[in-house]
Amino acid sequence: MVEDDGKQMLLEAAQPEVGMKKITDLRRLYLIANTIRKDVVRMLHEAKSGHPAGAIGLADVFTALYFNVLNHDPKNPAWPGRDRLVLSNGHVCPVMYAAMAEAGYFPKEELMTLRKLGSRLQGHPHRGSLPGIENSSGPLGQGLSIAVGMAIVAKRERKSWRVYCVCSDGEQDEGQTWEAVLLAAKFKLGNLTVIMDRNNIQIDGFTEEVLPLEPLAEKYRAFNWHVIEVDGHNIKQIIDACNEAKRVIDRPTMIIAHTIPGKDVSFMEFVADWHGKPPGDKEATTALGDLEEERKFYGEGGE
Amino acid sequence: MSSKINKEMALIDPIYPPQVKKTSREGFGKALVELGMENPNVWAVTADVSASTMVNWFEEKFPERFVQVGVAEQNLAGVAAGIASCGKIVFISAYGVFSPGRNWDQVRVAVCYNDVPVKLHGSHCGVTVGPDGASHQALEDIAITRVLPNMTVVVPADAEEARKATIEVAKLKGAAYIRTCREKTPVFTTAATPFKIGKANVYRFGEDVAIFACGPVVYESILAAERLESEGISCAVIDCHTIKPIDVEAIKYWAEKTEFIVSVEEHQVNGGLGGAIAEVLSEFKGQCVLKRHGINDTFCESGTALELLKKYGLDADGIARFVRESYTTR
Repeated sequence: MVEDDGKQMLLEAAQPEVGMKKITDLRRLYLIANTIRKDVVRMLHEAKSGHPAGAIGLADVFTALYFNVLNHDPKNPAWPGRDRLVLSNGHVCPVMYAAMAEAGYFPKEELMTLRKLGSRLQGHPHRGSLPGIENSSGPLGQGLSIAVGMAIVAKRERKSWRVYCVCSDGEQDEGQTWEAVLLAAKFKLGNLTVIMDRNNIQIDGFTEEVLPLEPLAEKYRAFNWHVIEVDGHNIKQIIDACNEAKRVIDRPTMIIAHTIPGKDVSFMEFVADWHGKPPGDKEATTALGDLEEERKFYGEGGE
Repeated sequence: MSSKINKEMALIDPIYPPQVKKTSREGFGKALVELGMENPNVWAVTADVSASTMVNWFEEKFPERFVQVGVAEQNLAGVAAGIASCGKIVFISAYGVFSPGRNWDQVRVAVCYNDVPVKLHGSHCGVTVGPDGASHQALEDIAITRVLPNMTVVVPADAEEARKATIEVAKLKGAAYIRTCREKTPVFTTAATPFKIGKANVYRFGEDVAIFACGPVVYESILAAERLESEGISCAVIDCHTIKPIDVEAIKYWAEKTEFIVSVEEHQVNGGLGGAIAEVLSEFKGQCVLKRHGINDTFCESGTALELLKKYGLDADGIARFVRESYTTR
C-alpha cells in the first residue's frame, strides 16, 4: 500500500537542469518497480541462469535510484557531471539492466539477450560492454573500493556529482570491504552514499548462520560512518535516506536497506535457494501472475 | 670496452667497474615526479610503503594527487581503478609480493577487465630483497602478471631503465606492471640508451649463445659473457626488459643465429621470462635449445643480497657457470 503521511515535501527533489527528470509521484515509482520485477523474472527465465532473489529484492532501491535520486542522462551515459552508481554485488545486475532500460539507456527488447553470447548485457556487468556501467563487478567486496576512488577524486576536485554504491550484506564477509570502509572514513567522504541490500541470505544459507554480521549498523558507526536503516521496499524511505545523506558532509553514509529476497514473488520470499536459481517455465508464470496482482495496489488493472 | 659490446646502446664505458649504483625503484620514483610535473592527471597510490617504494618524492610535491591506503593492497588496486575511471593515470606502488600477489583478483578484474590505466609498481622483487627472507621476495610476479589480458610487463635492468620504463608505460592506454628491486645495483645504461616497450636491447654481440636476461642480472650476464669470451664461448647478451609483449623478432633472430638461448632472471624458472621465451620458441621450426636459469622452483631465504645471488647462481660467476655447463654439455 502506498502511504501518504503528509510528508510529501521530502520527495520534491529539485529538478535538475541537465539530465533525466526526477519522478516524485510515489504511485508511479511503485509501478515502475513492479515493471522492473517482471522484467527481471522474464530475463532470468529466458537466460536460464542468473540470480533472482537479490535482483527482485532490490527493485525498489533501483527504482528510487534511477528515477529520483541519481542525476544522470540515459541519452548521454558519459555525461561528466553525472552521479556515479557502482554496483558491487554484480550478480544482481538484471535489476540494474532492467532499471536502465526502463529509464531509456537502451531498448527494452535487449533485456532478453542477458547472458547470451555477444550480448552487451553480460552475466556480471562489464564496463566496456554497455554504456552506463561504471564498473565491472562480480568478485564481491570490490565495488566499494572503486566507489571510494571516485569519491576521492570528486572531493579533491570539488565536483558536484555524488558517488553511490550498491552492495550486499554477504559482501561484508570480504576483508576488502572493510579496507574501503576504513579509507572512506579517513577521507571523510560525505559525497559517498552506499546502499546495502540487507536480505539476510547468501549462497550457503542465512547470513547469520554462515558468518554472522550483527550488530551491523553499530559496526559501521564504529568505523565513523553515518548509518541510516530503512525498509528496502519503501521507496519514500529510500529517497529520504539518500537526501539525508547529502546533508551529512563529514562522513560517508551507509543506508542499510532491509529487504525480502524475492519480494512480491510468493514462492521466492525468504527462501535462500533462490539466490542463484533462475525460474523455470511454471515458476516464471506464477511469478508474473503474483507481480501482476501487486499492480492492483497501485490502482492499475493490467499491464 | 670489449669490442663485442654494442656501442649503439650507449652503455657506460668501460662496462666494468661500475661507477654508480642505484636501486631501480629510485628510477621509478624519479620518473613519477617527472610525470607528475608534466601531466596533472597522474596520480599515485600506495599501501603503506611510500618511502620504501620511492613514491614519497611524488607525495611531497603533489599531495593532492597522492593517496595512502594503509596496508591494504586489495583496496589499493580497487581505489586506483576508481580514480583511473575518472580520467586519471594512476600508479600503485607496493612490494611485488603483495601487489600483484595479494591483490591479483583486483588487478585482474578492477584493473585489467575494466581496462583502466592503472600501472603497478612492484618493488622489492627477486632474492636481493635480502634479510627479510622468502615471504618478501617476489619470485612469481612475472608469471602472474604476464598471463593477464590487457597487461604490459616490464622488468628494467637498472635505475635509468626504470626511469624510462615508467615514463613509457604512462603513455599506454591500459594496465602495466613495472618490477623493481630493493638493492643498489650498477647503473650501466645511460640516458642515450634506447628504450622502447616490446623491443629488446642487444647489449653484447656473440655467436654461440644468446643470453636473454631481465632486471639487474642483465649486467651480471654481460660480465659473465666477458669472462666466457676468454674461454672460447661467445655470448650475446640481450636485455629483454619487456616480458609482455615479448620481442618475438629478437627471439627468432637469435634462435636462428645461435641455436642456443639461455634465459636469466631473478624469478622462478617456471612462468617468467624463461617461460615466455619457451612459449614463443616452441612455435619455430629449427633446432634452438633454451636453457632457463633462475630460481629452481624453490623459496629462497634470508641473507645479504650478494650472498643470495651467489648461492642461487645469479651473480656473474654463477651465470657464467650455468652457461658454461649447459653449453658444453649440449
